[in-house]
Amino acid sequence: MFWDQQLECIEPERLREVQLQRLKEVVKRVYEKVPFYRKKFDEAGIKPEDIRSLEDIKHLPFTSKTDMREAYPFGLFAVPLSEIVEIHTSSGTTGKPVVAGYTVKDIALWAEVMARCLVMVGATKDDIVQIAYGYGMFTGGLGFHYGAQKIGATVVPASAGNTKRQIELMKDFGTTFLACTPSYALYLTEYAKEEMGIDLSTLKLRIGSFGAEMWTEEMRKEIERRMGIKAYNVYGLTEIIGPGVAHECPAQQGLHVWEDHFYPEIIDPETGEPLPEGQEGELVLTSLTREGMPMIRFRTRDITTLHREKCACGRTLAKIERIKGRSDDMIKVRGVMIFPYQIEQAILEVQGVEPHYQIILTRPHYLDEVEVQVEMSKEIFSDDVKTIETLRKRLEKKIEQTVGVRVKVTLVEPKSIPRSEGKAKRIIDKRNLK
Amino acid sequence: MYKVEIISIFVENKPGKLEKITKLLAEAYINILGFSITDARDFGIIKFLVDKPKEAYELFKKNGFVVALNPALGIEMKDKPGGLYEVVKFISSKGINIENALVYVAESREKAYFIFEVENFEESLEKLKDNGFELLKLV
Ligand SMILES: [Zn+2]
Repeated sequence: MFWDQQLECIEPERLREVQLQRLKEVVKRVYEKVPFYRKKFDEAGIKPEDIRSLEDIKHLPFTSKTDMREAYPFGLFAVPLSEIVEIHTSSGTTGKPVVAGYTVKDIALWAEVMARCLVMVGATKDDIVQIAYGYGMFTGGLGFHYGAQKIGATVVPASAGNTKRQIELMKDFGTTFLACTPSYALYLTEYAKEEMGIDLSTLKLRIGSFGAEMWTEEMRKEIERRMGIKAYNVYGLTEIIGPGVAHECPAQQGLHVWEDHFYPEIIDPETGEPLPEGQEGELVLTSLTREGMPMIRFRTRDITTLHREKCACGRTLAKIERIKGRSDDMIKVRGVMIFPYQIEQAILEVQGVEPHYQIILTRPHYLDEVEVQVEMSKEIFSDDVKTIETLRKRLEKKIEQTVGVRVKVTLVEPKSIPRSEGKAKRIIDKRNLK
Repeated sequence: MYKVEIISIFVENKPGKLEKITKLLAEAYINILGFSITDARDFGIIKFLVDKPKEAYELFKKNGFVVALNPALGIEMKDKPGGLYEVVKFISSKGINIENALVYVAESREKAYFIFEVENFEESLEKLKDNGFELLKLV
């Protein structure tokens, strides 16, 4: 189903015309209205008139999360504060939050792109949409809220938390569409079963839209099985608009980017150079139509691949693959990009428990070697050496299959991998790359 | 019940490991009756037969080791040539697979026992008892 079929199936040529026109306008607007951008463009020696084709976008400087923090709170707004009708923030792990400001038109745009997402996966005005993303400064709750109201569905603004009530609402109201994080979706099924004796797959649920964190195909299958629904991936970020930048279609093979509003590029995270279509790299987004806070070439740090071949669903708009990792965490081993997250998933699949692990990179003979140390735990311990050795080999094989690089797995004693506050230090790079 | 209990501990192959483990036992006044070490490439499993297995288990757990406490059987070996052969032959004649084994020499030095783990403890015990071999009772 389509919210705006003409647009979602637009001729690629026509789309490029629209994008170029909008790019020229937004570049001119931010150059005139936002001192931050004017300074950056001047430093890079580029004027709005220099943008003559879509390819020229590569001459524009990137905008980073650090830039946004420095502009805190309202330094990136392109309209007077009186025109801003809503503010959201996204909390970082360090320092000041990122602030996003929306005009009336921006909120309408948000509702429009979210409406496209919801209708694409089959939602209609007859659906009862339970939104279990947080409402408040986080964009998840309200983004879905605006979209679901736009299509005329019945919105249940449950917000995050209070699991027992979530399940009661689902049951009593006959919720058909659920929006939350994928890990919370799994938790809901467990809680319902163990604490309330309810099998969520027997309720009226039929569609789920999950995002705001990385997840895998295995998790999708598990959620679909336990809830008896179709589960879809949603992508978005506060800097650009919130949820609704991209969403999976019924083909479940990548997320369509609403690129008439959000222009996607894939770059090499190390050099910043644009990569050819089909190559994996960092996603960079430019919001072409935002009024309150347009973003020029925002570095999302998310690693994915962009595809432009026509989709089975009929849409012509580009698709990104599910987010594979963060470029901050990326390591290059023998020329292959790998992410701690992939290794964690592989270990999790083999041993079924959250692993404590560390990746150690060395280069003993001009060739990178990867050692993955995994802590022994009572869940996987066997008092038999052979059994443990088999487990170790299975871990090596699974990790190699997942990341495409041969690794050595070493099992180490519990608590032998250092825990630092907050994020564990996952990678020890001992290669001398000088 | 003819049962002994064996402590199994996961250790990395690093110098000083066995020292640390035996020191813990010594300081808790737990007596080691027998032990075995099995090695893989980077790790090993140390097994102990001790006089206070439950205490030893709690002790290792408290100190952050991955440890298991498993039931095992003990059979007396005759102090003569072929003593071990007799015992092993008897066990295999009952169709029982020996998983891990160690030897325990009783304090009096008069008797030695073949201590071994099996897949199914209860079933194996049924098959072995009342067959003319003396089974060890420590629990
Ligand atoms: Zn599609």
